[in-house]
Amino acid sequence: MRKLFAAAAAVALGLTASLGAQAADKTKVGFVYVGPVGDMGWSYQHDQGRQAIEKKFGDKVETTFVESVSEGPDAERVIEKLARAGNNIIFTTSFGYMNPTLKVAAKYPDVKFEHATGYKRADNVSTYGARFYEGRYILGQIAAKMTKTKTIGYIGATPIPEVVRGINSFMLGAQSIDPELKVKIIWINSWFDPGKEADAAKALIDQGADILVQHTDSAAPLQVAAERGVLGFGQASDQIKFAPKNQLTAIVDHWDEYYISRVQAVMDGTWKSEDTWGGFDKEMVHMAEFTNMPEDVAKMAAETEAKIKSGELHPFKGPIYKQDGTLVVKEGETLDDGTLLGMNWYVKGIDGKVPE
Amino acid sequence: MDFADALLVSIVTASTPLLLAAIGELVVERSGVLNLGVEGMMIMGAVCAFATSLTTGNPYLGILAGILGGAAMSLLFAFLTLGLVANQYATGLALSLLGLGFSGMIGENYVGTPGVKLPTLDIPVLSDLPVVGDALFNQDILFYIAILLVFFVSWLLFKSRWGLILRAVGENHNSAHALGYNVNRVRLYSVLFGGVCSGLSGAYLSLVYTNLWIENMTAGRGWIALALVVFASWLPWRTIAGAYLFGAVLILQFHAQGAGWEVPSQLLSALPYLATIVALVFISRNRTVARVNTPSCLGQSFVPDR
Repeated sequence: MRKLFAAAAAVALGLTASLGAQAADKTKVGFVYVGPVGDMGWSYQHDQGRQAIEKKFGDKVETTFVESVSEGPDAERVIEKLARAGNNIIFTTSFGYMNPTLKVAAKYPDVKFEHATGYKRADNVSTYGARFYEGRYILGQIAAKMTKTKTIGYIGATPIPEVVRGINSFMLGAQSIDPELKVKIIWINSWFDPGKEADAAKALIDQGADILVQHTDSAAPLQVAAERGVLGFGQASDQIKFAPKNQLTAIVDHWDEYYISRVQAVMDGTWKSEDTWGGFDKEMVHMAEFTNMPEDVAKMAAETEAKIKSGELHPFKGPIYKQDGTLVVKEGETLDDGTLLGMNWYVKGIDGKVPE
Repeated sequence: MDFADALLVSIVTASTPLLLAAIGELVVERSGVLNLGVEGMMIMGAVCAFATSLTTGNPYLGILAGILGGAAMSLLFAFLTLGLVANQYATGLALSLLGLGFSGMIGENYVGTPGVKLPTLDIPVLSDLPVVGDALFNQDILFYIAILLVFFVSWLLFKSRWGLILRAVGENHNSAHALGYNVNRVRLYSVLFGGVCSGLSGAYLSLVYTNLWIENMTAGRGWIALALVVFASWLPWRTIAGAYLFGAVLILQFHAQGAGWEVPSQLLSALPYLATIVALVFISRNRTVARVNTPSCLGQSFVPDR
């Protein structure tokens, strides 16, 4: 217990020190996280990126983060505080921080802002996001190769374009191997409820799914997969520890290179407002080791990853049909980013409707 | 395990933590105290149970730690509301927030580590019964404790002298005091019992339901347990009905989605809550029953005359 309080005191002191002391030669970098750093998912991976900055630049930078900041008025207060504390660049890492970021940015024109997953920019506000759907295409291919029951279980958080795009990309990957494959989708309407995620996983297995895919944040579904002896994929970070014999691979959010390059740009004075939506090519999305599968499947997965990275393959290359059979993209073309960003329909082959 | 077995096991797993927390809070409220800190006590139970079982490798020590974690939080609540006569509503809310934050600090080093699973205890012969065998007779010790607690609380409240005193304190603390009973001591024991039950509930979450630790993993179950106490109109047996109804609707709506029912998933997700509200409406329509069972001094602090 005493150690705990000592640690807490140290953290508190460290925070005050980092906010108070202002060394002129140091580049100060601030981060705002929507969840706790210990969520092992979204916020955890952003914090890995922050640590990468510290590792890369050492004494030349000073980083601060504020975790579990809700996407409301609180966000504006926290962002403004970071700006006032003299941070040179501030990363706001959740969609709901969009307007607060822009509001604070207008007041502090000399501070650079980077907003994750948003679409509104300003002279001192950049946006960035990652093409996680590229990873989901590979999951689809692996699942199609590995399933024996021809039924895949898919756990979705909430039906926003990000998740729907992931399902479609997964399905297109699966159909490239087996056009007849079926996917059962359960929405839990929450990003974070390990209990419900586990319940949904059990329901899917009980209904015959032998591969689980998740687009929710905890390792609970993977743990259920391990208990019941089916296969699954990790989400946001490598979760192999929870299912050493059952995780096939995981889509890993990887912000290190991007964050380092942006901080470098601030140091060099070359930073300008941009929109970055990167995938394998920008190192923003990584795949965990392809394991618990035959060698030829792992080889195929690695080849697909390389092809997507080089641009040879696009998960949403035509022809793509909607559920009702209308053609969205002609042969030889790929779906444009605008349509991808607003995606609210399923591709052909998925039963059920996108919840409104 | 066939389909029906598996379905029942899932329902029991989803319901047990709610039942554990609700039966504890029921006793607390029967003594006239409203502790809104169930969520906070539960999450402390979860983190203590997880950390201890992982460190020692023994899930039963984990349960013990979960009990201690929940109990410690409830004693804090008792100190503030009974000792210092702080407002029970505000203190309970603060206890929930404190628990969520403090557990995150304790659990920092345990994130991303698989835990030690509580083993199931197979009751011979009975566990081979079709359909209900696995769900009822091949369960972990916490499930059996939950059921026994309902028997115990039912006996305690309505068949024992202790229960009579406890209910008297909850109904009219001035009369109970005039009769010579130590109102705040009775309430202290009740609050402590509530803390122990919430701790058990938290232990169930991190040792059985999902065998991992993540901040905020209770995800609102403490609040559902509070609603279940009202749903049960402060009668122990009805907490079982409430908890299992809630668990069953939750699991069945997932199955409905998986089976491809054309019903909006948001509506399905809201179903367990809707079902609880509808049941509440039916229960409260019978005003006499509702009024008879509601502890009259619920949420009121007691300061003895000097």
